[in-house]
Amino acid sequence: MEQRVIEAEHIVKKFGNFAAVDDISFYVEKGEIFGFLGANGAGKTTAMRMFCGLSRPSSGKGMVAGLDIWSASEKIKSRIGYMSQKFSLYSDLTVGENIRLFGGIYGLDEERMKKSGDMLLKKLDMYGEKDVLVKSLPLGWKQKLAFSVSVIHDPEIVFLDEPTGGVDPVARRQFWELIYEAAGRGITVFVTTHYMDEAEYCDRVSIMVAGKIVALDTPANLKKSYGVNAMNDVFTIIARNAGRNE
Amino acid sequence: MIKAEHISKSYVSAGHAPVKALDDVSFSVSDGELFGLIGPDGSGKTTMFRILVTLILADKGVASVNGMDVVKDYEKIRNSVGYMPGRFSVYQDLTVNENINFFASLFGVDKEESMPLIEDIYGSLRPFGNRLAGALSGGMKQKLALCCALIHKPDVLFLDEPTTGVDPVSRKEFWQMLRNLRSNGITIMVSTPYMDEADMCDKIALMQKGMILALDTTENLISQMGNQVWGVSGNNMYKLLCDVRSYRGTLRCYPFGNSHHVFFNSQEPDISDFGNYLWGCGNENVKIERLEPCIEDCYLYITDGRRI
Repeated sequence: MEQRVIEAEHIVKKFGNFAAVDDISFYVEKGEIFGFLGANGAGKTTAMRMFCGLSRPSSGKGMVAGLDIWSASEKIKSRIGYMSQKFSLYSDLTVGENIRLFGGIYGLDEERMKKSGDMLLKKLDMYGEKDVLVKSLPLGWKQKLAFSVSVIHDPEIVFLDEPTGGVDPVARRQFWELIYEAAGRGITVFVTTHYMDEAEYCDRVSIMVAGKIVALDTPANLKKSYGVNAMNDVFTIIARNAGRNE
Repeated sequence: MIKAEHISKSYVSAGHAPVKALDDVSFSVSDGELFGLIGPDGSGKTTMFRILVTLILADKGVASVNGMDVVKDYEKIRNSVGYMPGRFSVYQDLTVNENINFFASLFGVDKEESMPLIEDIYGSLRPFGNRLAGALSGGMKQKLALCCALIHKPDVLFLDEPTTGVDPVSRKEFWQMLRNLRSNGITIMVSTPYMDEADMCDKIALMQKGMILALDTTENLISQMGNQVWGVSGNNMYKLLCDVRSYRGTLRCYPFGNSHHVFFNSQEPDISDFGNYLWGCGNENVKIERLEPCIEDCYLYITDGRRI
């Protein structure tokens, strides 16, 4: 059996009477690119924060990288990478300073930091920008840098919360090639996106509506079972049905 | 009508080389047209908007909105256009109704008079009239911002990335609203990073590094591409991507949803040779087919090849 790096069983997160995440169960296997889809407000970010050890469920069980999300949330943080759309790098530090800062936070020693940092700059073709403030980089570059920093410590899993929102088509593709490559190295990728062509790049996707997972399968199987040719149509059908049930 | 002629703008900051945001840009938008500015972050789209809505001055060139000059007639322009800037557009700590009342009083108009125009958009917000704008979902926030930009019944609307970060269903709704506004005779200039939205514009300008690389209807841009796009799929898509790129006849190859899109060096590539090569590399279930190009292919073809 493939190794499972995320396992969720009946996870619920309530804010007052409102269940932002309403009894979700699923697993993610090692090295998978798992797409976590849903409309704005469906509960994706709330769920992701629980898997990253940033908040606790109201009920249910969960394991991330073999660690319990109830009892080992601090340990989980050192075994994963996390990148959010809104906050990912310090804009008033340079590229090099950000790499050192995050390398330090993720516990790299001086030697490994130097080696990983140099490799990262070389791979992104950003050696010339080492001393440039992050705020003066184009968004596409920032996001590629943020991703590379979030996997600088070779985590078991990296969580990406809408990493390509607002990024143009060329830069989005460059970003996904970094994801492919990380997955090829055995890093599990858990990603949310609003771009349905990106959903096609995932090994499996889940679609959340109002706190529940209403569909979960490979893109090919989802398209087959909804009788359509593109993930965009799957998403539209599911969202439309949800509107009727509310 | 919106008109820009030879507009240039550089930003200067101490200790840095000046950054050229716009470099001799000219275009015009006809009355009642839905015009799209498409380009990556940093290509100059926002600077163009800010010049047209009279928030900043161009270094060179002239521009006008409905015959009013952006420098001389700036006050008149401000009263007759609606503007939705990218990030900040409504007050998060005011409620939905407070925001609408606030913008109505800024422009000195009675909001009831504008109701017929915004009814279609305001309708879905009405149940949330007393909710703080900051507590709305992304899609609803943008609807509110659009209501506020329309409150003084402008003739021209400027929308700078109104749907960035909004989910696909809400984006579709938003664009349906734009099309309805256009049929009311409002001229709309909009920027977007989403290519499916570029497809819904009457005309688009593809921008990069402060210049317009192409300007036409999407149909014309697509037909100029001819039939040079091919789709390739197989079992291991990442390996396939690397192998397609290593083929000597390949010009460029991009991941594109469930297949990779390939441009070849030659107009008439030897597809059986290409297929044999991919098979020889160990790819399984390889499918190769000629495709009808779409607007995203145009974008990739025209803007890539440079470091961005």
